[in-house]
Amino acid sequence: MLSIKNLHASVEEKNIIKGLNLDVKPGEVHAIMGPNGAGKSTLGYVLSGRDGYEVSEGDVTLNGKDLLDLDVEERAREGLFLAFQYPVEIPGVSNMEFMKESVNAMREQRGEEALSAAEFLKKAKEACKQVQLPLDFLKRGVNEGFSGGEKKRNEIMQMILLEPSLCILDESDSGLDVDALQVVANGVNSQRDGKRSFIVVTHYQRLLDYIKPDFVHILADGKIVKSGDASLAHEVEKEGYAFLGKAYEEAEA
Amino acid sequence: MQANKRDPNMSEQIEQALERKYDAGFYSEIESDTFESGLDESIIRRISAMKNEPEWMLEWRLKAYHAWLEMEEPDWAHVEYPKIDFQAISYYSAPKSMEDKPKSLDEVDPELLRTYEKLGIPLHEQEMLAGVAVDAVFDSVSVVTTFRSKLEEAGVIFCPISEAIQKYPDLVKKYIGSVVPRTDNYFSALNCAVFTDGSFVYIPKGTRCPMELSTYFRINEMNTGQFERTLIIADEGSHVSYLEGCTAPQRDENQLHAAVVELVAMDDATIKYSTVQNWYPGDENGKGGIYNFVTKRGIAHTNAKISWTQVETGSAVTWKYPSCILKGDNSVGEFYSVALTRGRQQADTGTKMIHMGKNTRSTIISKGISAGKSNNAYRGLVQMGPRADGARNFTECDSLLIGDKCGAHTFPYIESRNPSAIVEHEATTSKVSDEQLFLCRQRGLDTEKAVSMIVNGFCKEVFKELPMEFAVEAGKLLEISLEGSVG
Repeated sequence: MLSIKNLHASVEEKNIIKGLNLDVKPGEVHAIMGPNGAGKSTLGYVLSGRDGYEVSEGDVTLNGKDLLDLDVEERAREGLFLAFQYPVEIPGVSNMEFMKESVNAMREQRGEEALSAAEFLKKAKEACKQVQLPLDFLKRGVNEGFSGGEKKRNEIMQMILLEPSLCILDESDSGLDVDALQVVANGVNSQRDGKRSFIVVTHYQRLLDYIKPDFVHILADGKIVKSGDASLAHEVEKEGYAFLGKAYEEAEA
Repeated sequence: MQANKRDPNMSEQIEQALERKYDAGFYSEIESDTFESGLDESIIRRISAMKNEPEWMLEWRLKAYHAWLEMEEPDWAHVEYPKIDFQAISYYSAPKSMEDKPKSLDEVDPELLRTYEKLGIPLHEQEMLAGVAVDAVFDSVSVVTTFRSKLEEAGVIFCPISEAIQKYPDLVKKYIGSVVPRTDNYFSALNCAVFTDGSFVYIPKGTRCPMELSTYFRINEMNTGQFERTLIIADEGSHVSYLEGCTAPQRDENQLHAAVVELVAMDDATIKYSTVQNWYPGDENGKGGIYNFVTKRGIAHTNAKISWTQVETGSAVTWKYPSCILKGDNSVGEFYSVALTRGRQQADTGTKMIHMGKNTRSTIISKGISAGKSNNAYRGLVQMGPRADGARNFTECDSLLIGDKCGAHTFPYIESRNPSAIVEHEATTSKVSDEQLFLCRQRGLDTEKAVSMIVNGFCKEVFKELPMEFAVEAGKLLEISLEGSVG
């Protein structure tokens, strides 16, 4: 599925990812935790190909394809989905037309026929219900005037509609109350079908009570410094990132 | 550097997306009756004679010409262009006969047809737009005929203005120059002197025009010249929607386009005038292109309503302020505009709302989109006269910048001579952000599609004012205008 080998990446000539290795197999859920500034969000942007995030070394393949050789939209069409931490607004463009274009771009890639407006609407309504957003959100501008929690749920709705093979969730729990957190987690869990893989980036263990990870990795200073099972997250919850050394405790404070 | 190597930086990419060649920059070898270049009294006499005009029309033209000689070319607009040599222009050109027109679509430039196709224009309309001699084509004739008889039944007059001068001289004499006086401005005075054709519309009292009137329908009948003149009269309680379709690139090798449009809305009448303009904008270095210097104005009597909607994507230089004189009490004026400039295009456009009557209302929604190295200015005047008790205006003026080499400017003028009048002005400037583009692309859309979607969203408020089919065309036109090769 996803294989990252010795990845080095920089932003504005500052090295952020410094030799990261990760293997994600179909159906697995990997949680990536770590202190602020460890490079958690950067990893998501580098994998999705955002401009300004330069890879200087390493290899990344997704389903056997060289990911680094592809444009942002090509990576997306290969099945890579990024749920944003801070989804941006696109005024005047309805969620509905945005998602329809998007879904059909993915279908085209898979050699499937474009969905008609009616077929799409049916799917969109179902996805909307699944993340407990009122149906009028389909008509509203993309993220336009949405609350923080609504934006996060909207991201999950998009994920459900797009049926990606690899989902990267970038702090999808931040700013959510317990109820909203549960909705987001349920949305994610409903998409776990044994084939789809997830990388769940989070600062807190809390989300992992709802989305049970197969593996937990601690990212610090651009590298994975510790890997384990779900129990590692609890350890971090109790002990903090103290085991990483004094510098990180300070970064935390 | 290994990854993201295929991604040039974002602004570069937008640049590329916007560097598009004009689809219709070709020259058609059509034999035509063209006057030698130059302008003097004899040229005006010859134009008038070609049109077989009555004496009063010629005199009217000559008065305008002499006034024009005394006038000076305005230089207050936020545009720059080399001085126009009015003696280097030919003031009359018409195809010699129908035989000179292309016989079928096979003879029309395939590039032009491709553009029509992209715009989703039906085949018979494509033929008309391309100037195919439709008399030989059965399908279109029936379209035009049905449409003619439908209008005649309703008593609506819709014909070339040259024909109206012959057939309805009283109406023309009464209203021509009544909204835009002969000496109104430099370019309108020139138009008065040398206009070659245009549309005339009369809607009788209490009549709702049974269909949207569109310039498509008469484009096959004549080659509309560079100095067109349109006069629309909506009699008491009548209603008309007029579509000015420059939806497709036009065959026009001339550089200066100075049109005049006059609207007269009598008591309780409504006129809706929609324009989609896509004249040749010139190349990326600003060479060539149309100078679009147009005067459009309407007068609204008691309880009347005039609504201007325009989508402007073409022309090298645009200088255009569709305006409303709200003379009658309770009259309403509206202006909805989308102006997109790219490359080296310059636009100085907006409106004037002159509130004279009591409780008059006006709404101005202007959306300017600047890309490339273009300059886009909104210039608007809201004037509240001393009699305009309780008058209200609301203005919203939004600018969207694509890239960092373009400019957006706003010049609002507000003059209020009535303490009870209320004027509201809102303005915003925003950019197509990297975040928005990244979100779109992460969802599988390419940069071009993403930019056009964001721009369309920005224009939504104006597009919803366009007649349905036109709104679709306008959206597609923006998409084509933003189209290019993404690296």
